Amino acid sequence: MKTHETLIKDLAPTKFTKLGVIWTSFLVIVVVIGAIAYVDQLIKGQVVTNMRDYALWGIYISNFVFFVATSFVGSVTVAILRLTHNSWRTPLVRIAEIITLAAITMAGITIMIDMARPDRLLNLFIHARIQSPITWDVIIIPTFLTVSLLLLYFPLLPDFAILKNHFKTDSPKMSKLYGMLSLNWTGSDKQKNIQTKSIKIVALLILPVGLILQTIDAWLFSTTYRIGWDSTNFAPYFISGAFVAGTGALVTVIYVVRRVKKLENYITDFHFDKLGKLLSLACIIYLYFNINEYLIPFFTAKQAEMTHLDSLLFGHYAPLFWFVTIGGLIVPIIVLFFKKGRKPASMFAIGLIVVIASWWKRYVIVTPTLLHPFLPIQGVPESWREYSPSVHEWLITFATLAMCLLIITILVRYLPVIPIQRTAEERDELKTAKTTES
Amino acid sequence: MEENNKNSRRKFLDKGLKLGLATAIGGMAISKISKLNAKSNTNTGELVELMTTDGTLIQVDASEIVEVVSTHNKENGYNVREGIPNRKFVMVVDLAKCKNALKCQQACNKGHYITGDNAWLKVYKMQESKETAPYWMPTQCQHCDEPACVTVCPVDATFKRKDGIVLIDNERCIGCRFCMAACPYSTRVFNWSEPEQPEIAKDAEYTPDYCGSPSVKGTVDKCDFCPHQIVKNELPFCVTACPNGVFYFGDKYEDTVTNGEETLRFSKLLKDKFGYRLLEGLGTEPSVYYLPPVDRLVNFEDGLEEFTEFQSVEKPEES
Repeated sequence: MKTHETLIKDLAPTKFTKLGVIWTSFLVIVVVIGAIAYVDQLIKGQVVTNMRDYALWGIYISNFVFFVATSFVGSVTVAILRLTHNSWRTPLVRIAEIITLAAITMAGITIMIDMARPDRLLNLFIHARIQSPITWDVIIIPTFLTVSLLLLYFPLLPDFAILKNHFKTDSPKMSKLYGMLSLNWTGSDKQKNIQTKSIKIVALLILPVGLILQTIDAWLFSTTYRIGWDSTNFAPYFISGAFVAGTGALVTVIYVVRRVKKLENYITDFHFDKLGKLLSLACIIYLYFNINEYLIPFFTAKQAEMTHLDSLLFGHYAPLFWFVTIGGLIVPIIVLFFKKGRKPASMFAIGLIVVIASWWKRYVIVTPTLLHPFLPIQGVPESWREYSPSVHEWLITFATLAMCLLIITILVRYLPVIPIQRTAEERDELKTAKTTES
Repeated sequence: MEENNKNSRRKFLDKGLKLGLATAIGGMAISKISKLNAKSNTNTGELVELMTTDGTLIQVDASEIVEVVSTHNKENGYNVREGIPNRKFVMVVDLAKCKNALKCQQACNKGHYITGDNAWLKVYKMQESKETAPYWMPTQCQHCDEPACVTVCPVDATFKRKDGIVLIDNERCIGCRFCMAACPYSTRVFNWSEPEQPEIAKDAEYTPDYCGSPSVKGTVDKCDFCPHQIVKNELPFCVTACPNGVFYFGDKYEDTVTNGEETLRFSKLLKDKFGYRLLEGLGTEPSVYYLPPVDRLVNFEDGLEEFTEFQSVEKPEES
């Protein structure tokens, strides 16, 4: 029983440390600055961005694609690891679900930032046309958001009940809140039955819904004629890219949460080792699709394709292209190949590079293509032939990234990041197994 | 156990068949009855001779002749989303005559109050490869019959009319710019800021068939094929403005196109001069046809004087 007590003590949410307060205030400030920049954009129009008629989409869209990709982590850890009976996922799933929820929420907000007329948002429903890939996005994003919210919430019910008791004396207010959220969870067989079934359904749903989400995201591009987007390879390319971005984000966040919450006993080197192998697998699959995506056009060498590839491989975008390919894929694959490379500190570094490279990868997918249209770029100011984000775009994009981290921070602060009930059950099972053995 | 199963299956099949038969007979009976009813109600016995579209004469009962109810706006037979009835507008651009005089662009800019940095009609300096001859190519919205922009629009803001014209409802457009990404001809232009148009445009009552009058911030603009001129029985701005008669505008159903000076058979012109369309391979089915720059009446070099690589809309002099 005593171990159970320490378990709750270890895993129950605790107040922010000083560092936590500073971190959160920093994020809030970044979000506020971005909000001011956005209001300015609303007033003046998107002329404050550096997007123009040729580079008609910029970092708002690549940032949106990044968020959508990152949200795939929930599908990966929960559904795939569940289906393959990888029980080491237990201490990691909740953080994965939190990242998923934060990322898909921000994806929805980011795409609205790119709309020049957000005041006409309702037209998407009033005048919806089902043949437009944007309408598919309008349907799938809220669906995925709902499923990932439920996937986070259902397994939390017993933990909320535990927290209600835990905070009874220390903080009656919090206790009341957790009590409300626990929906009168008592742990009766009937409740457990319903809960298990519900979790099963949403856990099974998150995989197809996640795959559809990534696919539609890819189709936003591949349904056009544009060189570099017009590819039948695009959907699996995006899915595998999302696998990389999501797993990278998970590794990074897990490392920080483990350090801040001192969870070294729960998230061990063993977990990082496993995560490292998973990330390595993701990178190898993504590398395969990258080779497909660039090698075949290079082989057939159509004129327009070559202009596009030339700017990527040797031209203006070469530094970025090689950074995202070597730094974001090849180096991680090599480092993660070694056991030492899968130690927590090394994993954190790799995870961080993977996340940053994943962000820039989307930029490399979106921008160069738009600057290589079928007809020559003539009759427009010279600056329109290039694109680099404006101050407004950066401020707003940083704000969306900060808001994503803020959502994660707040959820990590108030939710038990490691499932208490399930950890306890698994430990009991282990114990009984040991006693029966001996 | 097995016997039992077989028996029940047989019974089931038997019942199913009977039920199906009964339904079929019932259905036939009902349709017969309704037909009888219909006939008894309407048959007048008076026959009228009519000619079908392929020229055969047929006889129809007088009662079955119903006047076609017009779906168009009753006032003038014109609905902005349907287009001008029974027309199909096309354009032919004769590249042999174009020397980049840019009068088309200037007239278009003026007529549509274009004040941004990107004109809707551009004259590209083209050269397929080093060894081939350079030429000037006026290009605007191709008014495709399979318009990629219309397919991807999530809110039906950009639409295709029966008369062939592709237009934009700037009061519905949400500014997602997906149509611009989808258009392979790069003809769409965005209002990144509040357009600085003359008062006459700003005060005009908005209608989708007169683009730029006024332009709307945060929405897409493009060549509208000048339906506002057509209804006045006039040719589009670019056609009238061109001093070299490059643009021919007309109606595919009437099989005629005119550049204001000469009127030609559309189909014959394309046949005689090897007409083609831009990026035909994409399957967009444009309404704009080009005649190749052969037997040129003008010098390519003459156009270089007017050529401005970084400008397509003249800016008013800074005062």
